Amino acid sequence: MDLTVVWAFIIAFAVFAYVVMDGFDLGIGILFPTFKAGRERDRAMNSIAPVWDGNETWLVLGGGGLFAAFPLAYAVILPATYPLIIAMLLGLVFRGVAFEYRWRDPAHQAFWDMAFSGGSLVAALAQGMTLGALLQGIEVEGRAYAGSWWDWLTPYTLLTGLGTVAGYALLGSTWLIWKLDGEEQAHARKLAIRWGAATIVLMGAVSLYNIALNADYAARWLSAPEVYYVAPVPILTAIVALSMLRAILKDRNSKPFWLGIALFFLGMSGLGVTIWPYAVPESVTIWEAAAPYRSQAFMLVGVALTLPLILAYTAWAYWVFRGKVADEGYH
Amino acid sequence: MFENLDALLLARIQFAFTVSFHFFFPSFSIGLASYLMVLEGLWLKTGKPVYLDLFKYWLKIFAIAFAMGVVSGIVMSYQFGTNWSVFSDKAGPVIGPLMAYEVLTAFFLEAGFLGVMLFGMQKVGKKLHFFATFMVALGTFVSAFWILSVNSWMQTPTGYLIGENGQFLPGESWTAIIFNLSFPYRLVHTVMAAYLTTAFVVGAVGAWHLLKDRANPHARKMFSMAMWMAAIVTPAQIFAGDMHGLNTLEHQPAKVMAMEGHYQSHPDGAPLILFGIPDSEAKTVRYAIEIPKLSSLILKHELDAPLKGLDTVPDDREPPVGILFWSFRIMVGIGFAMLGIGLWSLLGRARGRLYDMPWLHRAAVLMGPSGFAAVLAGWITTEVGRQPFVIYGLLRTADAASPLDAPAVAASLLAFILVYFTVFGIGVWYILKLMGKAPHPGEYGVKRGDVGPIRTAGITPGPTQNPGGAETLPTQAPDEKEPV
Ligand code: HDD
Ligand code: HEM
Ligand code: HEM
Repeated sequence: MDLTVVWAFIIAFAVFAYVVMDGFDLGIGILFPTFKAGRERDRAMNSIAPVWDGNETWLVLGGGGLFAAFPLAYAVILPATYPLIIAMLLGLVFRGVAFEYRWRDPAHQAFWDMAFSGGSLVAALAQGMTLGALLQGIEVEGRAYAGSWWDWLTPYTLLTGLGTVAGYALLGSTWLIWKLDGEEQAHARKLAIRWGAATIVLMGAVSLYNIALNADYAARWLSAPEVYYVAPVPILTAIVALSMLRAILKDRNSKPFWLGIALFFLGMSGLGVTIWPYAVPESVTIWEAAAPYRSQAFMLVGVALTLPLILAYTAWAYWVFRGKVADEGYH
Repeated sequence: MFENLDALLLARIQFAFTVSFHFFFPSFSIGLASYLMVLEGLWLKTGKPVYLDLFKYWLKIFAIAFAMGVVSGIVMSYQFGTNWSVFSDKAGPVIGPLMAYEVLTAFFLEAGFLGVMLFGMQKVGKKLHFFATFMVALGTFVSAFWILSVNSWMQTPTGYLIGENGQFLPGESWTAIIFNLSFPYRLVHTVMAAYLTTAFVVGAVGAWHLLKDRANPHARKMFSMAMWMAAIVTPAQIFAGDMHGLNTLEHQPAKVMAMEGHYQSHPDGAPLILFGIPDSEAKTVRYAIEIPKLSSLILKHELDAPLKGLDTVPDDREPPVGILFWSFRIMVGIGFAMLGIGLWSLLGRARGRLYDMPWLHRAAVLMGPSGFAAVLAGWITTEVGRQPFVIYGLLRTADAASPLDAPAVAASLLAFILVYFTVFGIGVWYILKLMGKAPHPGEYGVKRGDVGPIRTAGITPGPTQNPGGAETLPTQAPDEKEPV
């Protein structure tokens, strides 16, 4: 396998890790206004306070990795989605500082809670719309973006944006099922059912839209012999979706969360099938966008050496803070 | 507000604005992380509670500064693509991997151990906790290492080839790229700058509380530690700065000519212009106060050594003189002021009166923010001095920008200005409020009730910091919800 393909998988892994890990952080942010001020909000926030920074770092790896391994893709996609990226970054600013500020300033806690929530919502929406903008195709001339600065705003991108928001809310609520108990857990279950259903519907809608959007995408999924290879993806997705809803209802603790992640994994695999082998769909392939062999090889050494360590100490950090969130001595 | 500016200028302002804000926080948290490590280490070694109290006092401040550093840093890592896409496409193969290494070896390390550092002491025990603090401190240093390597490569590019598609490609050896010609100097000078910035902040807080109560042992301890740093590191920093300048003279002579205000060549000994008003139209420094031949002595170590001026540089390769002339003087001026404080404190220490010198304490309070100003001035010197190039001598800034319309960049710039000033302004305000409280014995009570797994109460401040928190938790003993 050539390094460019390896790097495509590494970037895909970083994006996946980001989406599920910061996904549940952002999901909790999105759902925050539905939690009662006081104990419920404090516990929800404390369930992610020790890990959010690490989760967010995968976004930096995704972006930085793209810059390094596929500089042309990085240089085309970011200007094309400029307003979305800026909105996402500013959303993340509010979300990130709220973790500290809300405890520092009790008089304005309600304000920082809204900043936390609004920032999370904007970031999630912008990420989903960026994905949509990418899938619907980006105009390229020479080595640069050639479209207008509103191309990213279409019904399709709004749909992918909403899908992402729903998916993150699902992850957030299943995480809370795992980390909370009692009344608050019951509330999280209710939210998970609702957002789970919404996620499934929106995933279906985006998939159908994809097929209508672009004849090449349709061919990937509907023509023989490809259909035999890719058919397992939608079938597995349906199975996972149903067992997830069942697990949420059946009083399970961590299972809904893991199945939620599986759902995201299948969704991303589906996207992979749709996009492959493009870095910028329909205009730049991964090989055209790739950095030279020497750059990719040098970084691969770094990844091989550090990624196992990163995964190990990240797992350790999660382990240290395992179990239900304590009542913070509020008893 | 910005309608008359072109997209390029707006992008430059936006980059300068966001990176300046970003660097404010790391230059403080690089030093503070190390300081926290020293405090915790001293506590483990001596068992003296004063160190633990100070550790906890500064940990709360660190948490806020670090969060601001992180969120403003993420903006930076995307801005190369959003606003400098041509640069990204061309330089990605060379500097992209270095930044990827930064993520892998520094950002994950900091972020992975930060949770344990802030909230985990009860859960992992003292030794492991110290290890976590150490990892966070190490992460901040490694981060500086890589990003400064990137920046230095942009100043003194080496070890690259130019590809057929116009990209910069890595040559035979990555060490030639990473350890480029200006990198060692920039790393040493910037990391020491971060330590000094922190030392002067710590010193100012110590001095402030000494002015209110000169018996406060916590204030004494931190003031004394900070003054040792000021006395020892400042001379080293001035020396490093001098070396850095000589290195720059070798590789980017036009930058030094502009810093010095040398519009004209001086074939037999150039004067050191202390002050004056550079006039780039007339190519002269008006009202100059100069010391004959001193510049040649500093830069060439010889009174009569000839020094070239900007008259030997084509106009379209000249950096803006006015900014460089001033930013450089501000930095150097602050450097000598810091030296003054360091010497003054040594004098007081020798007389055994370090804690009884209100004028020294007042001066130290005044110098609290000086590190930030020096760092900013230093970076402006470095970056503006590289103009009109992004990659020195090879890629012009004007050719590096993204194909964006001016209104798009104007809108984003405006949004950054509004959000940064409010959000980070408020964060700084919270930090100042924490600093305004005197550190006291039993700062945050180590002993806490035995509650469930996640004691994230670390961000739940004590009742002194968070009266409202106390309202919501009426039954709790004050000590119980303190951090760590
Ligand atoms: C506490 C901060 C601080 C202090 C007191 C000083 N500097 Fe500095 N200086 C920096 C913080 C800094 C910096 C922010 O870290 C820079 C920006 C880029 C760099 O490498 O370091 C810098 C850059 C910088 C440069 C530009 C190098 C280049 O771009 O090529 C020179 C020539 C000096 N410094 C020289 C000095 C001298 C002679 C000082 C003596 C008083 C001094 N600095 C004090
Ligand atoms: C070490 C990592 C850094 C890198 C890789 C970097 C890179 C860049 C780039 C790409 C530009 C845009 C091109 C331009 O307009 O010049 C720039 C400009 C600038 N940067 Fe940096 N920078 C770094 C650190 C800093 C820091 C820490 C500061 C200040 C605190 C700073 C201050 C500026 C300023 C003031 C400009 C505008 C210069 C001008 O346009 O005239 N930079 N830098
Ligand atoms: C254009 C240049 C820069 C970029 C793209 C950049 C990028 C970033 C990013 C993405 C983060 C967040 C990491 C996380 O998620 O934990 C960050 C934080 C940090 N950066 Fe920067 N950075 C730049 C300049 C600098 C410089 C010049 C330094 C120091 C010399 C520096 C030191 C740090 C440190 C120590 C942190 C950790 C957070 C903190 O201490 O506040 N960065 N940076």
